[in-house]
Amino acid sequence: MSKVLVVTSGKGGVGKTTSTAAIGAALAQSGEKVVVVDFDVGLRNLDLVMGAERRVVFDLINVIQGDAKLHQALIRDKRIETLSILPASQTRDKDALTTDGVAKVIAELREKFDWVICDSPAGIERGPAMAMHHADIAIVVTNPEVSSVRDSDRIIGLLDSKTERAMRGERVEKHLLITRYDPARAARGDMLKVEDVLDILSIPLLGIIPESQEVLKASNIGVPVTLNNPETAPARAYQDAVRRLRGETVPMSIPQERRSFVERLFGRRVA
Amino acid sequence: MSLFQFWRRKPTATVARDRLQILLAHERSSFGSSDLVARLQEEIIAVIRRHMEIDPDKVQIKLDRGNHVSTLEIDIEVPLSERAKVA
Repeated sequence: MSKVLVVTSGKGGVGKTTSTAAIGAALAQSGEKVVVVDFDVGLRNLDLVMGAERRVVFDLINVIQGDAKLHQALIRDKRIETLSILPASQTRDKDALTTDGVAKVIAELREKFDWVICDSPAGIERGPAMAMHHADIAIVVTNPEVSSVRDSDRIIGLLDSKTERAMRGERVEKHLLITRYDPARAARGDMLKVEDVLDILSIPLLGIIPESQEVLKASNIGVPVTLNNPETAPARAYQDAVRRLRGETVPMSIPQERRSFVERLFGRRVA
Repeated sequence: MSLFQFWRRKPTATVARDRLQILLAHERSSFGSSDLVARLQEEIIAVIRRHMEIDPDKVQIKLDRGNHVSTLEIDIEVPLSERAKVA
């Protein structure tokens, strides 16, 4: 039974695309057939973060408008056999995302893959609405910061009212993913704590991704952070989140960067 | 800032949490009608306009969202002639 998962947030820049790539790659590595779909029409970036930007020929809009077959638009990941990317269009208007067209593509993807992961654009307009419409599961990506929490609250409201499941009287399974978390700043009282965010948004916690330089390093070279260096703190945090997503019980922790003997000796990271 | 003030200062994260809790309590209750205040303003003014002429520029509206109680303050300048008519 395939699952459609939307990665959403309301606010931009909180880590939706990074999380989509990291989670998609980790899920695919565990043997599941995964497709990551970019819904950010006009501002596509998932292809870039995944390192597939030079292989884009056709896109989601081409498929919706019948200019290309789905298999022509799907890009097979070169590192993981079970992972594919469906890029967004860079030139078309987001109005090209028609309700029927999206429904058709999602239905076709459901047949081919175990997981269909939709990377939502920011905002609450047509793009995000289309990305979340068919979702069975939603990952709400939130930074421990007031504007992000507020926007997440709004998105949770939309997931409960505007999705296909909501309209059928069913529920979208919602999970909170806190990204860019800095435990030291939270302990000092300078950053919202995990408990504060959970308390306010009241949806179950999927994982806590610590603030880390590894995230930028991975996107610089176009490799999902979980593939680039699976031992880094954010990679382990995403792997834990994926295990929880698959139904495993994994104790909640905030992975810390492991430091080598030499690094510890000098009391800092050696570049 | 004195040392005393320094110790009494709330952590900014606590301020953030409190602000969010108050704000979201309101946003959730008026979900789907984020322009509740704008609508209230329109409707209240419409009701008053049924009885008298008012200048839209002379209407002041203030909203204060509190933890337990919110206040909506509407200040309408009523022209003297209208008051005379009513009286």
